[in-house]
This record gives sequence, structure tokens and C-alpha cells, in this order.
Amino acid sequence: MTKNGAGLEVAGLRVTYPGKPPVEAVAGVDLTVVPGQIVGLLGPSGCGKSTLLSAIVGVVEPDAGSVAWDGVDVTHTPIHQRGFGLVFQDGQLFPHRTVAGNVGFGLDMAGVARAERDERIAELLEVVGLAGYGGREITELSGGQRQRVAVARSLAPRPRLLLLDEPLSALDSELRGRLATDLGQILRRYSMTAVMVTHDPREAEMVCDRVVRMRDGVLL
Amino acid sequence: MLRRRSLHPAWWALAAVPVAFLGLFFLWPLLTILGRGLIVDGHLDVAGAWEVLTEPRTGKVVATTIWLALLGTVGSLLLGVPAAYALFRVRWRGQKAVRALATVPFVLPTVVVAAAFSALLRPSGLLGHFSLDQSMAAVAAALVFYNVAVVLRVVGGTWAGLDPSTVAAARVLGASRWRAFREVTLPALMPAVASAAAIVFLFCATSFGVVLVLGGTRVSTVETEIYLQVNQFLDLRAAAVLSILQLLIVGLALWVADQARKRRERATSGKRLDGTRAARRKDVPVLAAILAALGLVLLPPLYALVERSLRTASGHGFDHYAALFQQPGRSVLPVPVWEAAVNSLETAALAAAVATILGVVVAHLVTHRTRRSALLDTLVMLPLGVSAVMVGLGMLLTLNQPIFGVTIGGSWWLVAAAQAVVALPLVVRSIVPTARAIDPHLRMAASSLGASPWRVWRTVDWPLLRGTTGLALGFAFAIALGEFGATSFLARPDRPTLPTAIYRLLGRPGLENIGMAFAASVLLAIMTASVMMASERMRTQVGADL
Amino acid sequence: MRTVRTAAIAAITISTLALAACSSGDPDSESSDTPTTATASSSEPTAAAGGLGTEVTVVTHDSFAVPDDVLAAFEEDSGLKVTFVAPGDGGTLVNQLILTKDAPLGDVVFGVDNTFASRAIDEDVFADYASSAPAAAQAAQYAVPDSAALTAIDFSDVCLNVDNSWFEANDVAVPAALDDLLKPEYKGLLSVTNPATSSPGLAFLLATISAEGDGWQDYWTALNDNDLRVTSSWSDTYYTDFSAPNYGGDYPIVLSYASSPPYEAGEDGTTPTSALLDTCFRQVEYAGVLNGAKNPAAGQAVVDWMLSDDFQASIPENMYVYPVSTSVAIPASWEESAPLATTPWTLTPAEITANRDDWIQQWTDIVTP
Repeated sequence: MTKNGAGLEVAGLRVTYPGKPPVEAVAGVDLTVVPGQIVGLLGPSGCGKSTLLSAIVGVVEPDAGSVAWDGVDVTHTPIHQRGFGLVFQDGQLFPHRTVAGNVGFGLDMAGVARAERDERIAELLEVVGLAGYGGREITELSGGQRQRVAVARSLAPRPRLLLLDEPLSALDSELRGRLATDLGQILRRYSMTAVMVTHDPREAEMVCDRVVRMRDGVLL
Repeated sequence: MLRRRSLHPAWWALAAVPVAFLGLFFLWPLLTILGRGLIVDGHLDVAGAWEVLTEPRTGKVVATTIWLALLGTVGSLLLGVPAAYALFRVRWRGQKAVRALATVPFVLPTVVVAAAFSALLRPSGLLGHFSLDQSMAAVAAALVFYNVAVVLRVVGGTWAGLDPSTVAAARVLGASRWRAFREVTLPALMPAVASAAAIVFLFCATSFGVVLVLGGTRVSTVETEIYLQVNQFLDLRAAAVLSILQLLIVGLALWVADQARKRRERATSGKRLDGTRAARRKDVPVLAAILAALGLVLLPPLYALVERSLRTASGHGFDHYAALFQQPGRSVLPVPVWEAAVNSLETAALAAAVATILGVVVAHLVTHRTRRSALLDTLVMLPLGVSAVMVGLGMLLTLNQPIFGVTIGGSWWLVAAAQAVVALPLVVRSIVPTARAIDPHLRMAASSLGASPWRVWRTVDWPLLRGTTGLALGFAFAIALGEFGATSFLARPDRPTLPTAIYRLLGRPGLENIGMAFAASVLLAIMTASVMMASERMRTQVGADL
Repeated sequence: MRTVRTAAIAAITISTLALAACSSGDPDSESSDTPTTATASSSEPTAAAGGLGTEVTVVTHDSFAVPDDVLAAFEEDSGLKVTFVAPGDGGTLVNQLILTKDAPLGDVVFGVDNTFASRAIDEDVFADYASSAPAAAQAAQYAVPDSAALTAIDFSDVCLNVDNSWFEANDVAVPAALDDLLKPEYKGLLSVTNPATSSPGLAFLLATISAEGDGWQDYWTALNDNDLRVTSSWSDTYYTDFSAPNYGGDYPIVLSYASSPPYEAGEDGTTPTSALLDTCFRQVEYAGVLNGAKNPAAGQAVVDWMLSDDFQASIPENMYVYPVSTSVAIPASWEESAPLATTPWTLTPAEITANRDDWIQQWTDIVTP
């Protein structure tokens, strides 16, 4: 049964890491994000917010509960078939590909035709403020530029949902402020549905429509 | 509720490939021969095994083995770690040639190296007045000669990729050069040093030819004792017990190294960069001292080797090299030596390809540390800790009969399979650190962008592993070229490899035969060095587009 | 699930490739055997009518050698394609035959010697066979007593060799007999090999036991006290230790074979070394049909062939040992520089097998400090 336009629905999600004693990183979370909404997931480090994000995207398989998109259960769908985009704090750009090679990666996977691909790359680079950077090597970029490339790359294959895990935390504070503003604008421009994990309330406010707080594995 | 992820069918399906290979060409033969020794009338002969264990001779050979392996390991590290600095961290002209030269000993046939060492150590030899002949020191020196290459390979690569800015940071904070080395560089190198130490210890503990020849009747280790029990006394029970002891010793060494490595891996994983720097004027004394020490250990035996290959009845000349291209007397070899060299190249190419493909698969499977990956890792490492005599015999017992209706005994590629078993652990060891250093975020990002697991590997892992894999391929090729232990059981007499040809040449009297044996060894050394240099070049080319 | 399928496909692809490599490799190796094989397979199958089958596998040691034309002639006459396997030498070969007797490595073996023959016979490795080849009568004098399992093919003498020039230069008399070696003038001059790891070493130990009887242990104690040198293998003693001009080692008396001196002949034909013929142990090499052979008739044909004049005549030049047949010619130079011992030391194979392990153990206790 498909509920069109229901967006992301997380229900009763639990993730336990094995160990002695086992750590319950996500202890029963319910969360709904309607299409076009940008939700900030705020909390201290170690509260389980990154694990929750990983479970939504499919990197970690939950022990209980479900993740659904538009009413379709995707809890056991492999990551590459979920159509969820992902942006990390750092270390995510492919060092062996150029800027354009990175941004076009998702399009290559989808088998998009060359002309359309190049057009889309150019468009996204312009949106993130890096027009003309396509031929550059990743090593030539600054930290802020790298994050812009990462955002462009994640948007390129038109994901249904974008998940951002502390996307600005590795940057210095001045740059962070500027990029936060830009990021909010970019996401709204594409009417993205997004969940952004952060520990910075100010940043969450600048980017997100709604902020939920998390502590000890549960939403407050 | 049963957790679905605990089954990992994809992992096991892929793991089935290396497991089947090792099962057929290693585990089955090994277990068969162990079973012949330990199972009497369908029961495990515990009392008999205990009897062997409690013999005073057993304790003695175990103690000698451990002591000798420690000597060899410490010696190789003392020489190899500084040499890794001089040959990998600092850049200077001609260092690639020195690197290739330093790798040569590792693949030289032990019979020939031992002969070169004995020639140096005999009373009238260059080092004769030290009276080291048939001593532990002589054996240990030869083990260092062999294994410096391993330390260089493993530590050198890591050192070249260390971030120089951390050392600079420590220096800025007031640390002396030595302090900075101890507090920053050494901890970062520890995983590599531990890896190298484990592999060297393992080679030393299972070393055969060197101990037999240089130790004479005075030094016996677990490995030479196994050989004796099997080949002379046909006492499979003693051989089986000793083999298991040997496995335990080697396993313990690997475990210790793994602990040391695991603790550090997190600290160093992540960025790989070019941390080399050009040599400066003030480096010259340090570099000169390190290279002199390296030369002192490596050059005399190599010199002895070359000198003997040139020695003729009337002085010196290239007669023996010319003889490599002629048909020697039938009693010596059925084919000219160059044909044996071609056989070696063919077999080694196949062995290296198989070992590398399997090595890449295994490295992929063990990149994430889990219990099952540790199991696979251990299985792959096992061949390094088991006596070639036992595996060779086991292969005769098992692979000689038709398997599922297919007769494989006597096939030339059986030699390649055996060589691949020997090379595989080293291939895996070379690739895994690089695979583990790849940021997992890269793979997650690729997946989220729609790449299937296979495409993730193809588009993320493989481009980043290609350079290391090329290097591992070269290493595997070199090992296969020089392999003698398992090959000697399987090589057909009409199709000798270069090492088995050398062994046969050494078994015949006459200056032309021993001259040819040494000339053939020099040929083997040159082939090996060329392969290693080519694979180095491959790495730098790939490195450039990273 | 997609992940599973992809991995499974990868696995299947790889194993298929491996299989393809195997199956294409196999016939390849068969056909690339030796030129003689091609001759054999194209030869007329008429000879095979004798019920010999088409293939025979000979297990041997890696010193085995036969001229291509002699082999080709046999393959043509018999219609057999001969494959040789050589998994080991001396004692190793015998032990391998024993371990694999339930699934033999081949049809017939060549190269089992009298120091290990009885162990293999006791283990029922061979099927009895009495060859009717002409040389069989001469082979009989070397036969293992009370057994029809093995047929003698060749023999050789393991003897001490001396560097004559050293004795001339140092004005010392060349030793004549085993007991001479205990004299002070021969202190530190002798290098032999370990009987536990080297087959000439074992032969020399047996020579001393044959010569000294119950006093052999005292003999070795005295030899050891006279600064005896022991190495692990023949090549260490001969190539590293021997003071002969070609090798420049430090020992003028070394353990080798009666047939070694001709190898050291200079351009003028003079031999700087010679064998001490009163120190020799006679080693006999046998051939035998393996129990459980796939093609025992062909194995017997191989034994007959090895006793044929063609094969026997090729033995001296190809394996540097003496043929058992007295009707074939021995190279003229051998008479002069590689004469045989007139009264070599011997022990029966049964005696050797009954005591070998104990003797080696006792020897080790005496010689190893």
C-alpha cells in the first residue's frame, strides 16, 4: 500500500551494538518527516543521532522497528536502492576522481546519458558556487569547497531524501555560518526533504524547518 | 528474533572461492598427513602424541627454534627499520635500484645462499677467522640477510605515507629529533613494524635450507626435525606433533603482532599521503651509515655468489653463463637452464595471478574486522606456518588420485597452485592495510549514490587498491619464482623450474655444474630484481593519478 | 536479495574461470610433454597389441636420466607413452612410496637403493617380478636376498675422495684405509656428510659399520676427536669443503663417489683427485613394479627395458654409475680415473633396515656435541 506524499516514517526503531554490555544506541525512535521538510536532529555527541541517521540510510540494520518512505517499508532495502542521499562531515570525496567525476558519480550509476550528465554537473556546481571547478582535483580544494562538492554530488541523482551528518562541523566557524546559509538555500531551491544531524543549535536553526532533540537514544 | 544480518550469505558466497582453493591445495593435504600421524585405529593417539611432546629432544628443538627466530627477527628489525627510512622516507637518486637489490636475497634459493655463506665462513673464507661456521650466529646472520627485505617492504611503505606535519608539530612543541621520533613517528609505524616482525618471525621459525646447511649437525629446529622424522625415520606421529607445535609457535607470534597492530590501527587509518622528502646535505652521514650497515650484511654473500658464478678453471669468465643456453649432460638436466627459466616464468606468472586475484578477494572480505573475517584471515595465513615437507607429502597423498573424476596429479599447473598457496598470505598482508585505510565514508557515499556492492568495489576500492595490488603481484611473482619447498615435490623431472634445476646442478660434481648453479642463481636474482623494479614503477605511475 | 546475487555471481564467475584455466591447462601439459611423447602418440599401435596398454608412469629420483633416442625407441616398440615423476631422493622416495601405497604414484619405480630397499619390501610396496631380459642373470648377484620384488639396474661406490695435490704439497702420505683416518697426521682433514640427511652419508656410516663391526662406535668417537667435519649434504662437503683446485676449500679428504674424479679432470686429462677404494660402500639401485599399479604389465616392460643393452649402455654417461650388465661397454676413461672398489664394504638390505634408525641415532649421539 502506497501512501503518496507521506515522506519518511520511522517507527519504533532500535539499534543495539554488540559488546559487553551491549549498547543500545537507538532505543525506540519514532520520527516523521513530510516531503519538503528539513528536520534538524540535535543532541550531544554519543546520543545516538548518527546511528539513527545510519539506520535510516541503511548503513546499519536495525534490530527492531521500521523505516518507510511514502508508505513503502525500506527497512531491508540495500542502501543503493533506497534513493537516499548522504553527506558526511569529511573524508567522503573520491580522491581518484575529479570534482566533476565526484558530482557525476551517482549519475554514472544511474546510467544517465553523457550530455544530460554534464549539464546536470554544471548546474549543480553553479548552485553550490563552484562553477568551472569540474576539472579540478579533490586535493586542490579547501575544506569548505569540498563540502560544497559533497552536497552537489548527493543532490545530483535527485534523491528522495537527503541525510546530512554534521556536514559543517569540520569547518571553521566563520565559514560554517556562511555555508549554513547557503546550504539552507540550496535545499529549499530543490524542495529537498532532509534530516540534518548537528550538535550546534544555531546551525540547526539556520538550515532547518523543525528541530528535534535526542538524548540517550530517544527523541525528547 | 533471528537477526538477519548474522547470516551474511553474500560474504560467505564470496569467501567460498579462497576457502575452496585453500581447502583443496592446502587444508585437505595437511589434515590428511596429520591424520596419518595422529589417528591410530580410528582414534586420536593422545598417549603417543604426549610421548613425543615429553621427549627431551622435542623441548630442545622448540627452544632452539624460538631463540633462533627471535635472533633473526630482532636482527632484521635493527637493520631493516633504519634502512626503510633511508630507502623509502628520504628520496635520492638511485634508491630504487638499491631497493630492488635489497629484495633479491628474499627469493634466492636457500641452497645457493647457504653455499655462499659457508664459503665466506669456512676457515679460509673472507670471514673465516670469526669461527662462526655451523653456529647459531651464522644461521641468524643468514636469516637477517633473507628477511631484511620483508621489513623494508612492510615498514617502508607505511613510513613513506606518514604525515610529516605531525612530526613537525611535535618539533614545534619542543620535542628533540629523537623525542619526536619516539613519541610520534614510532607509534605511527608500530602496526607496520609489528606486521613485519610477525612475518619475519614466522619465516625464521619455519626456515629450512639455511638451518640445515649452515647449522650442520649442531643446530636443529622444529622444521629440520620434521624433515628428519619424515624422510629418514618415517615417524609421521612425531612429525605431526612437531607440525602442530610449529603452528602454535607461529600462531602465537601472529596473535601477538595482531594485538599490537589492532591497538594502533585506528590511530593511523585514514589519510594516505606522500610523506617522503628529498635528501639534504645534513642527511648524508646518517644515510651513509645506514647504507653501509645494509651493505655489510647484503653484499658479501651476493659478492660470493657472483664471484663463484664467474670462477672457471683458468681464472674468471662468463663460461658458465654461456653454458646456461646449452644442453648440459643428460645426467645433469634434461633441458638447458634457460628452458627451466622459461618454465619458472610461466609457472610463476600463473601462480602470481591466482594469488593476486584470491588475495584481492580475501582482502576485501577481511577489511572489516569481524569474527568470521578473523577466521578467514587465520586460514589464509596458515600456509606460512606449516612445514613444506608436510604439505608436499600431503599433496602427494591427496592430489595424486582423481578428484571428482578429474586427474590433476602431474599437471604442470599444480606447481603454480602450490606456489600460489605460499604467496597468498603475503599478498593479503600487503593489500589489507591499504584496504583498511580507505575511509568507510567513501563506500557509504558511493552506495547512497546508487552503486551496488560490486560497483562500490569497482569504482571506489579497486582504484585505490590498484597500486598496492600491482606491488603485491610483483611480490607474489618473485616468491613463486624462488619457491622450492613445495615445488620440489610437484615439479616434473622433465619440466624443472629454475630453483629445482639449481638444486640438481648442485648435486653433481664438476666445476661446470656448480658454476652453472651459481650462474643460474644470478639469473634468478636478476629476474627477481627486474620484476620487483617493474612493480615499483607500476605503483608510482598509479600513485600519480591518485 | 540483490547483494547476495551479485556476490554469488562474482563467486561463480571466478570459479568458472578457475575451472576453465584448469581444463585448458591439462591437455596442454600433456601435449607439451617432450618431443618423444609426440613420437610415441603417432607411432603405430601394433605393439600395444601385447596388452601393455598405452600409458605407464615411472616414479624415480631426480638424478634419473635417459637419452631421448633410447626412450623414443622404447616408446615406439612398446606403444607406451612414458611419464616420469620424481617426488624425492633416496630415503625420501622410499618413504613416499610407502605412504602412497594405497594409491601408488605410478606403475613402476626406479631408484630405490639397498640402504632403504628392505623397508619398502617389508611394507609390500612392490609386486614380485622376475625379468627374463638377458642382463637379468647379471643383475641377480646384486639382488636383495630372499625377495623377488626388486631388480638391480645399476650400482656405484660411495668412497672418500682425496685432493692429491694437497698431499704432495704438504708431504703427507695419502691415507689408504679407514683406520688411517684416526692417525694424528690426518687430524682436521676429513669432511663427511650427515647420514640422517644425506644418502652418501648413510652409505659411509654403513661402510664403517661393515668394516669395524661392533667397534664402529669407538671408531666414530675417535674420528670425531680427530676433528671430523660433518655437513648436511653432499654439495656442502664437496663444493664448499673440498680443497681440490676447482673449489679451494679447507679439507683434502671428502666423502663422494668413485665416479667423481673424472669430473675434475683438467684440460690435459690429468685428474687432481682420486677415490680411496678401500673406503667404499657399494650402493645398488633397483627397479620394481608397484603393487596396485594401474598397468602392471607396462611396469614389467619398463623393468625389462632398463635391463636392455641400449638402456644399460647409456647408464655410465647419463647417470654416472655402473650398469649391472657386463655385456655393454664402459667408457675407456672410467677404467683409469673411476675404477671400482675390488672389495667394497657391504651389508645386506635386511641388516640395514633392521638397524638403520638405531645406527643413525647412535651416530648422532656420538658426533653431535
